[in-house]
Amino acid sequence: MNDTVQPPPLPAHPKLRALFRMQWEPAQDAFVLLYPEGMVKLNQSAAEILKRCDGVRDVDAIVADLEQAFNATGLARDVDAFLAEAARRGWLE
Amino acid sequence: MTDLSTSVSPQAQAAADAAGAPQVAPPLWLLAELTYRCPLHCVFCYNPVDYATHRDELDTAQWIKVLREARALGAVQLGFSGGEPLLRDDLEQLVDEGHRLGFYTNLITSGIGLTDARLGALKEAGLDHIQLSFQDSTQQLNDFLSSTKTFDLKKRVADSIKRHGFPMVLNCVLHRYNLPHVEKIIEMALALGAEYLELANTQYYGWAHANRDQLLPTREQLEQAEAVVERYRRTHGDRCRIFFVVPDYFENRPKACMNGWGSVFLGVAPDGAALPCHTARNLPGLTFPNVKDTSLREVWYDSDAFNRFRGDAWMKEPCRSCDERTRDFGGCRCQAYLLTGDATNADPVCDLSPMHEQVVNVVRRAAEAGDAREQPVVFRNDANSRRLASGHTDHNDNGDPR
Repeated sequence: MNDTVQPPPLPAHPKLRALFRMQWEPAQDAFVLLYPEGMVKLNQSAAEILKRCDGVRDVDAIVADLEQAFNATGLARDVDAFLAEAARRGWLE
Repeated sequence: MTDLSTSVSPQAQAAADAAGAPQVAPPLWLLAELTYRCPLHCVFCYNPVDYATHRDELDTAQWIKVLREARALGAVQLGFSGGEPLLRDDLEQLVDEGHRLGFYTNLITSGIGLTDARLGALKEAGLDHIQLSFQDSTQQLNDFLSSTKTFDLKKRVADSIKRHGFPMVLNCVLHRYNLPHVEKIIEMALALGAEYLELANTQYYGWAHANRDQLLPTREQLEQAEAVVERYRRTHGDRCRIFFVVPDYFENRPKACMNGWGSVFLGVAPDGAALPCHTARNLPGLTFPNVKDTSLREVWYDSDAFNRFRGDAWMKEPCRSCDERTRDFGGCRCQAYLLTGDATNADPVCDLSPMHEQVVNVVRRAAEAGDAREQPVVFRNDANSRRLASGHTDHNDNGDPR
């Protein structure tokens, strides 16, 4: 799709839209995002970020949680970039 | 459903190879065509024109076996379609099983028979999404094209679907009669709260092929409609995602039909015939395995029908040496057969095909005919199906009027 819609603002407490469901697929050896008649295969970092989009955590909390879980620092930029893309694709509310 | 909008990762094959799994990636889409019976009589239905000769239907236990086998292979999307799947009173049971197995479950329906009670039961069973068809934004044309009085009912059903909290895709098949109404159709989708709108330009198979000369639009109609779609995508794209299924007769390159034969799609017809595409039944020289006596694993990996046009070894020139063959897979096998008489030819929509002139002629003839149509449209009903099955309207596609 070549939608040229203005990107929606990122929700303060992002959560996966009800339309979407994320689940582990052994046959794909990956997490996938399912929606009406479609599927997106997620890489590991995308899946780890989306798992934490629970509508309770804000973006800072998501970053802090990831940095703790993976014993890493400086993930904020990657997380911001991914969430912006996820919002553009209409995955978040 | 006409479009396979599934985003499929090209990495899936590489991952399968690395794991020592079979070379062929698993199916992702199982389309369960529960019945060919339908209360509507749409002139563009993709069901085979001889559907009346395929009366047999799988029973509940047989369908449940199909769902389990498909899920075990790795399929994630499950579509219940038809005909009208609501005519099966075991639909709720099958949805329940599909949901329990971990499928994302889609109901593809005309809405006829979708009562509040059934919506409640389907919600309970775990149905994820409903695709509701409309034939137009006006009662007059909706009811004419489907040969029913269903427009007001469909609007009430759309309201009920939203009240039950289902995501809803509105589907409207486009052709010369309703292309000028695209703005109204989009407004209707917005008013009904659809999350997606699929504007499905008619694909000319089945009944649509029988009515092709009546349904083909003009290029100007398509361009105007597409401009309207672009405008709404800019202004309302965040509320409703609009798909505009490509009107391939008007293109220079073919569609990547089914994302490639035997690549992601596995269809099962009401009688249990396993199909690599919804309209593959029309292809001669292929024997389709039946799920009654063949496991889906054998169907998918071993059957001649699913292997026949897999990959590119079957291709002839100009596809065989074409750089774009991995992008569009030579187009649609059914269309190649319908328009050139040989399913191994390039889809003649492609302007590299030596037969491309066939398509150009069909489009030109439709434009020249204007609104003066000599033949009445052929409605999808049992009497017409039996007539077409017995070969009364054999016609050729070499650009001659029928």
